[in-house]
Amino acid sequence: MELTINGRTRQVDVPADMPVLWVLRDVLGMTGTKFGCGMALCGACTVQLDGQAIRSCVTPVSAVAGKAITTIEAIGDTPAGKKVQEAWIALDVPQCGYCQSGQIMSASALLASNAHPTDADIDTAMAGNICRCGTYGRVRAAIKQAAQGAPIGGKGARS
Amino acid sequence: MTTVSRREFVTVLAAAGGGLLVGYRVGEGRRVTSTATIASASAATPPGFAPNAFIRIGPDGGITLIMPQVEMGQGTYTSMPMLLAEELEVEPEQVRLEHAPPDDKQYANPFFGEQMTGASSSVRAFYEPLRRAGATARAMLVAAAAASLNVDPASCRAQKGVVTHTPTGRTLTYGVLAAAAAALPVPDKVTLKEPKDFTLIGTPAKRLDTPSKVNGTAQYGIDVRLPGMLIATVAASPVLGGKVAGVDEQKAKAVPGVRQIVRLEDAVAVLADHMWAAKQGLVALVIRWDDGPNAKVSTADIVQGLARASQTAGVTARRDGDLTSALVGAAKKVEAVYESPFLAHVTMEPMNCTVHVRKDGCEVWTGSQVLSRAQAAAAEVTGFPLEKVVVHNHLLGGGFGRRLEVDYVTQAVRIAKQVDAPVKVVWTREEDVQHDVYRPYYYDRIAAGLDPRGTPVVWTHRIVGPAIVARFLPPAFKDGIDIDAVDGAVQLLYDIPAIQVEHVRHEEPVLNTGFWRGVGVTHNNFVIESFIDELAAASRQDPVAFRRALLGKSPRAMAVLDLATKEAGWGKPLPRGHGRGVALLYSGWGTYLAQVAEVEVTGSGDVRVHRIVCAVDCGRIVNPDIVRAQIESGVVYGISAALWGEVTLKNGRVEQSNFHNYRVLRMNEAPQIEVHLVRNGEAPGGIGEPGTAVTAAALSNAIYAATGKRLRKLPLQSALALAAR
Repeated sequence: MELTINGRTRQVDVPADMPVLWVLRDVLGMTGTKFGCGMALCGACTVQLDGQAIRSCVTPVSAVAGKAITTIEAIGDTPAGKKVQEAWIALDVPQCGYCQSGQIMSASALLASNAHPTDADIDTAMAGNICRCGTYGRVRAAIKQAAQGAPIGGKGARS
Repeated sequence: MTTVSRREFVTVLAAAGGGLLVGYRVGEGRRVTSTATIASASAATPPGFAPNAFIRIGPDGGITLIMPQVEMGQGTYTSMPMLLAEELEVEPEQVRLEHAPPDDKQYANPFFGEQMTGASSSVRAFYEPLRRAGATARAMLVAAAAASLNVDPASCRAQKGVVTHTPTGRTLTYGVLAAAAAALPVPDKVTLKEPKDFTLIGTPAKRLDTPSKVNGTAQYGIDVRLPGMLIATVAASPVLGGKVAGVDEQKAKAVPGVRQIVRLEDAVAVLADHMWAAKQGLVALVIRWDDGPNAKVSTADIVQGLARASQTAGVTARRDGDLTSALVGAAKKVEAVYESPFLAHVTMEPMNCTVHVRKDGCEVWTGSQVLSRAQAAAAEVTGFPLEKVVVHNHLLGGGFGRRLEVDYVTQAVRIAKQVDAPVKVVWTREEDVQHDVYRPYYYDRIAAGLDPRGTPVVWTHRIVGPAIVARFLPPAFKDGIDIDAVDGAVQLLYDIPAIQVEHVRHEEPVLNTGFWRGVGVTHNNFVIESFIDELAAASRQDPVAFRRALLGKSPRAMAVLDLATKEAGWGKPLPRGHGRGVALLYSGWGTYLAQVAEVEVTGSGDVRVHRIVCAVDCGRIVNPDIVRAQIESGVVYGISAALWGEVTLKNGRVEQSNFHNYRVLRMNEAPQIEVHLVRNGEAPGGIGEPGTAVTAAALSNAIYAATGKRLRKLPLQSALALAAR
């Protein structure tokens, strides 16, 4: 099977029903995409498929053939992804960091399609990404910073 | 030190010293700050200057700091380097970080006498030792420079990794000085900097681990990849104490990619080329279980046992004044029973451990809060001496106390013993939720007597639950008192003339129980701070005024209470259905924390948390931004548990399995969190757990303010639903 991952063509010999997550992690050795639940409940495995955030743990590899997969390893090469990573660093968003690949992939997809998201837009885009370290306030602030180039007050603002 | 970096691969290669070396860059991109490597213990120490276990300066000037405390999100890989760098006189950007190997002699946490990251202890325990380590190295580098320049050491100054002879401006870098410094005797005494001279401690220095955590290069245990490695997933007996009675492997073996099936007495593992095949194989296995003696146990049985135990006297952990006469003299008595359920940790990174058992030794790759215990566990299973067991630690995708246990290491080594290759054992989320080492179920009886003016004159608190410390750290279990089970209760700050705090030890062998972000304090604070609110209501007094009147002897507690309530606008009107609740925390962590929670109870009975205001006095602050982050983190973790957290048993089996039925707070449900810090020069207090511990009571008190319903059982959302019936 031929896949397009981060702009590169990759050949993999895997079952058609194998979720993209395990192809990335266990076959291609791209471990930046994380396993969290296996049921599309936590968002740790989020990657982008033609720019849309999807849960790779429930997406069979057969569904992504011919489409462009982008992972955390290359999201910094996109304008939105670069801004998101910079904002994440500026606000020191991650704690344990395990969910942050997924958070960044969801946030980058949001900003790529909606340059100035409202709080409600952010809630909708990010509700599927669980963080047990509770970085939600900083995630929100960083998305706003990435969108507008400056920290913004309001929900999730830091004192 | 060799490091490797690739965008898409964790590279495994042979290190110069002959051992395996898994390298990765912590920093990548424009703000490269440091590089961490995981070096095998067999690799020879490179030449250079290593005056103690925490600092190594190579002849090339490379400065490596070896981290005694593990990084699980709480910021140790920034705060520990800050302590070292402050006294060593280097910039955080100049250092590389390295995970310490298992070694209780060199890296023991002074609080516990062994290598352990937990109990909100890292900054408290290492505040002085790491500064001393840095100062010692700096003194030796300055002495080497002075000797080289033939000048008085007092005329030299160290800064940013360079020693300058101040009168002449001549400079020598640490790298140049490393060999000469290494030849000098290590001084017995060094002078630590005065806090007024700190340039790093107390500043919001950037986290050193952030860059690697935004581009996918950060390496967790689950990311380990080794040549020839198999990936396994496992099903342990769904009932604790149960055993494998039989396995039909036929269908599992037919799954493409499945290589081997390993049976243990209490678990079965499927080993495959990748996790998908292993998972499919596990589903295809037909396992017959002998459930053993716990086959019929349900949560109600456990609560009954706790309730019975609560009728008996426990070990007294604190006794002040004359209880009997205080009770007789009380005008009014208030009594209550509080219950706190079993809780799962649900770290984002499921439990995992990679093991390679060879003829001559064993190698383990994992993330652990107790590295030397992980090593000992592997040694015990394999029969190898400790020195034949190499353990490589990693970043932890969450700890919260779960990775203080080594059950997942022991299990992985038992599996790997039967395999002729390295094996990465990865638990599914379901396995993780159903085979946790849970926060215990606690049952509390609490009572107080009030005088005619409503002032408490007597307070009795009986805590019923297991003694985790007796199992986990036996030397700390003295006189039958589990210092954790009563933590936060024995330090009760309220000035009440007669106080008794007891612990009735009641073990529940149907579930493994252990530490969970705050453990004793988290449960005790819910009970104490809910009950003091009950007393305020019984006395028809404002909850804040009622507390203030009892805090005359605790000025630091009074100060955080005043700060939090002022910032929260305590007393200002709120919309109908909204309420504010307050809670105050002090415990063995040495941190004072007051929280005001603002919640809404909707018409349909859903609790929504809108705003959390915290005032924190944790003494001397190393990094205020990390302190804020830890409070934000603790609050969110606390909200999840307080509103929804509950592990229940039916027929000996845990009923929850994944995030759909073990609900945790999401972004759209997260409140605004404000953190106000008190700055002073008191001894550092712990900060990882207080935010969690103080939250349940503040929420419960806010729900009371909003609805008039007093909830004495967690989780609050289901208790509220019951109360509304």
